[in-house]
Amino acid sequence: MAAAAIEIDALTKDYPVGFWRKRMRRSLDRLTLRVEEGEVFGFLGPNGAGKTTTLKLLMNLIFPTAGTARIRGKSIEDVEMHRDIGYLPEQPYFYDYLTGRELLDYYAQFFGYDKADRRSRVARLLELVGLTDAANVQLRKFSKGMLQRVGIAQAILNDPKVVFLDEPMSGLDPVGRREVRDIILDLKRRGCTVFFSTHILSDAEMLCDRVAVLVEGKLQSVGAPNEIVPFEVQSMEIMFEVSEGTAVAAGLIDRSRKTGSRYQLEVPEAELFHALEQLREANARVLSVTPVRPTLEDYFMKLVTREKAPSHAVEVMTR
Amino acid sequence: MTANSRTRSAWLAAIAVPLLLASAAVVQNRIDVTAQSETTEQDYLVLRSPAVVKKLSLGFDALLADIYWTRAVQYYGQRIGDVHTKFESLSPLLDIATTLDPKLMVAYRFGAIFLSEPRALGAGRTDLAVKLVQKGIDANPNEWILNYDLGFLYYWRLKDYPKAAQVYAEGGKKPHAPVILTLMAARVAEKGNDLETSRMIFLQLYESSKNKNVRKLAMRELRSLKAQEDEMHLDEIIQDYKRKFGHYPASTKEMVAAGMLPFVPVDSIGFPYVIGPDGKSHLNPDSPIEPDPDKPLQLQQLKP
Amino acid sequence: MSAMPGIVAINTFREAVRDRVLYNLIFFALMMIGAAIFVGQISIGIERLVIVNLGLSAISLIGLVMAIFIGVGLVYKEIEKRTLYSLLAKPIERWEFLAGKYAGLLLTLLVNTSFMTLGLAAALYYVGRPFVRTDVSILVAIYFILLELALVTALALFFSCFSSPMLSTLFTLGIYITGNFANDIRNFGDFTKNHAMQVLTRIIYYLLPNFHNYNAIAIAGHGESVPFTLVWQNSLYTLIYVGVLLVAASAIFSHRNLK
Repeated sequence: MAAAAIEIDALTKDYPVGFWRKRMRRSLDRLTLRVEEGEVFGFLGPNGAGKTTTLKLLMNLIFPTAGTARIRGKSIEDVEMHRDIGYLPEQPYFYDYLTGRELLDYYAQFFGYDKADRRSRVARLLELVGLTDAANVQLRKFSKGMLQRVGIAQAILNDPKVVFLDEPMSGLDPVGRREVRDIILDLKRRGCTVFFSTHILSDAEMLCDRVAVLVEGKLQSVGAPNEIVPFEVQSMEIMFEVSEGTAVAAGLIDRSRKTGSRYQLEVPEAELFHALEQLREANARVLSVTPVRPTLEDYFMKLVTREKAPSHAVEVMTR
Repeated sequence: MTANSRTRSAWLAAIAVPLLLASAAVVQNRIDVTAQSETTEQDYLVLRSPAVVKKLSLGFDALLADIYWTRAVQYYGQRIGDVHTKFESLSPLLDIATTLDPKLMVAYRFGAIFLSEPRALGAGRTDLAVKLVQKGIDANPNEWILNYDLGFLYYWRLKDYPKAAQVYAEGGKKPHAPVILTLMAARVAEKGNDLETSRMIFLQLYESSKNKNVRKLAMRELRSLKAQEDEMHLDEIIQDYKRKFGHYPASTKEMVAAGMLPFVPVDSIGFPYVIGPDGKSHLNPDSPIEPDPDKPLQLQQLKP
Repeated sequence: MSAMPGIVAINTFREAVRDRVLYNLIFFALMMIGAAIFVGQISIGIERLVIVNLGLSAISLIGLVMAIFIGVGLVYKEIEKRTLYSLLAKPIERWEFLAGKYAGLLLTLLVNTSFMTLGLAAALYYVGRPFVRTDVSILVAIYFILLELALVTALALFFSCFSSPMLSTLFTLGIYITGNFANDIRNFGDFTKNHAMQVLTRIIYYLLPNFHNYNAIAIAGHGESVPFTLVWQNSLYTLIYVGVLLVAASAIFSHRNLK
């Protein structure tokens, strides 16, 4: 069997907490996961779920309490493993006295590229992330969005086979987010494995082949987005307008949301046509009828509220 | 198993660090040897001016004074016995120590003796010694013991008897001063240099100082003084022996056996005097040059 | 031989330059100019002594301040600002990173000291003393200062791996000051009658880095020569001690979970 791009086996991380650092808080509980080559894999979860912890463990920035992981067959402790990967940390910060070009050139040196090779690589990357104009500006003058883009550039500068992105869309405006989405899709086209964490579920739905959902350190489910959330229609949403003073079935208006002169009404699928009848009788103007499908977000919320109740089970008492 | 390479690096460090520290200690030892053999006077004092040192001491005067005092003693101890050394740095070291801590009695007392002591055992600079002790007296007007040391310098080194008497007299007036100071003032004024006065002075020095080197010096001088007197009396008795028996005695034991001496006379350290073929007595060659300061003095005199 | 430390070192040097650390040279230059002119006016016959003493003391002090204040932030800053995260994701070992930061600061100190040496030479020249062969001792004194700085930097780096800049500064400065009095500590011990105390002070003496070894300022001031054996002994001592600190720092840092 070919080695998976990422193999995580019972990875666990405990942190000492409390004033005397005697109690342990388990921020990652026996995570087992396998990501195949070429996949775009989303790592989802609310804040504090352990996503960043997982990424830091994989990058060997922190050390596991138990468990192992391999990337492209190499242990995470092997420094050579880093030759074929890229990493974008959460809320990245780079040496602010360097310019964008200098930073990328600096990082490129660690891969042993010669001067000419570095120069072309850096130019290409700056172009890709749209920073060519700011290439000679010191990073201390960069906006958050620009920093994020430099971050992505340094993550892929060595043509990595696996790229790890921690909240890549964070801090970006819609234009920026679209650009990042395009970059990820481009990476996928080149056969790169992309592992990214996010709490923006619509992005995950759009981009990922598979996702994993992490809540309070525990893996809840793994699979394609549409496997986790069944593709079925729950209800229908009707948007309509009605002129002032018209008599409409009171029940309908009560159940509607009003924005300006527009109303949004959600009805079970079975009641759709009955509701439409009532609206027609009231001479309402129907603007749209949309099916409402459960999203990852709904799934999420259910999970989170369920998990929150017995939350003490996560804390492991030691000593 | 996790953390394989990290545990290895920890073991490596655990072994390497003590090993390296041990080799550093070895090298440090070599450095100390080099420093000792090739030390120039300059090493001890980057700053020679007491005023500058005081300014830079940032309030840690007393501690620095102790450090300079210790260095002075170390410096002296390393060079003692070397006829070529001039003990150049001794005066500045003591000067700095006493500027930082004007109440550092030990430093004044040490300086009084060893700044004035001639070559091989001291700097041979009585002028510097006087200056130092005077500085001590000015800073500590109620300390009679410094008058004692200053008096010693005028009496023994400078042979300035009127001045010595004056200094002793002033000391005698200070609070809690022992009567002996006034006594010595009177004696010196009247007789100038004499054996008894000298003996009193050195006896006082021997009893009042805790410094080994000072005590040794006092013991040597006391031995010398006692010997002067004892040999004078002994020579007379030896002449008597010759007149009686026709030849000089080989040793003092014979004289005791002949009933001409009540006991075998010894020097202040306890070694019996020897008699030369010419009938003159002198100190026993076995009597050590460096007397042991912890052994008690034998001061019983040989009376005529 | 790994190239990684070199890459980090050059960048560390670049950081120091861009942080305008080298501006201290202006202060030094002004001071030396002032001193040279002042001393020239007075003409008390010890111009050389004053210039050399002042210059060497300033070189030592400025270097010390730089070594400590930059040194204690070498690792700490990168962890706090998280610049270390993206760096360690590259194929570089943690010890290579440490070695590079160390070498970089050392390079900065070397460049800084070199410029100051030129300044000192210029001041000496101005004061009207042609250079003589014994001036070699000034260069030796400067070399010793560099060795001293190498050791202080290693200390600062070591502490930077696990404590905050303030604590690291305290520790480093504390050891530096105590290390200057290492000989006195040994002497104190030798004078006590208590055998246990003597053994204890001896142990402390050998454990502490002995900074007094490097003090050749007085010698240089008076134009005397430094024994050659001392030169290579000091070099060896520094090498070993720096090795101790870097190995220990490496072990500690390799085991550290980054926040």
